[in-house]
Amino acid sequence: MSRAAEESNRRMLRARDAMDRGYAQPLDVPALARIAHVSQAHFTRTFRATFGETPHRYLQRRRVERAMFLLRETDRSVTDICFQVGFGSPGTFSRTFRDIVGFSPRAYRRAAVTAPVPTCFTMAWTRPSG
Amino acid sequence: MFTAITHSQIYVLDQDEALDFYVGKLDLEVNTDVSLGFMRWLTVNVPGHPDRQILLEKPGPPALSEETAQQVRELLTKGAMGGHLIFTTDDCRKTYEKLLARGVEFTEEPTERPYGIDCGLRDPFGNSIRFTQPKA
Repeated sequence: MSRAAEESNRRMLRARDAMDRGYAQPLDVPALARIAHVSQAHFTRTFRATFGETPHRYLQRRRVERAMFLLRETDRSVTDICFQVGFGSPGTFSRTFRDIVGFSPRAYRRAAVTAPVPTCFTMAWTRPSG
Repeated sequence: MFTAITHSQIYVLDQDEALDFYVGKLDLEVNTDVSLGFMRWLTVNVPGHPDRQILLEKPGPPALSEETAQQVRELLTKGAMGGHLIFTTDDCRKTYEKLLARGVEFTEEPTERPYGIDCGLRDPFGNSIRFTQPKA
């Protein structure tokens, strides 16, 4: 049982890494399930049991984190950033961003402070929770 | 007070498999590989830098109870044990291509950062590894 759990964890981690890498692409559950070597039906359930949230929610928060990064570190427009992190429309982007972060992309940009630490840590630690 | 860091530790699930990866693929060298009876003391270092060793420790009894070791193994395979290592390299893209050809599992392709070019990978157990080509 325990070895099976470890093997399953590693496979789910592989799929999660693929989302971290390809966050700007549409959520492709069949492709992620193939990376994890499980059926589609099994994938969402197992991912949630492993990491405590659905793949969809994980990807949304990853995209919002990348958007926060770009708002903070670049002067690209909010619309450009929306498409760059994988959202299909500025309306959905602003709504999702506000739901997760608590204020609008523009308000976030005004208040943001840059963080001079390796990006792997900002990716992990500034990914919004909830 | 302190004058150097000599040893850092990460957990691995299997020390032979760890050697295949850290020495066979990442080209680190074995510093010490000795059975102490109660444990296999296995350390590696960057070639030419034996003053800084990484201990590849297998979680298990008697150091940890069977139950605790199992929890460590589960966290490790979820990528939640920490175990971060960050190396420097002369040429990030070249190193990336070389390791990719050896079948290393990358989490991030070489990317320009304010501090240089870096990329990310995982060891076979879930530890997170990066290497950076610092800005000249």
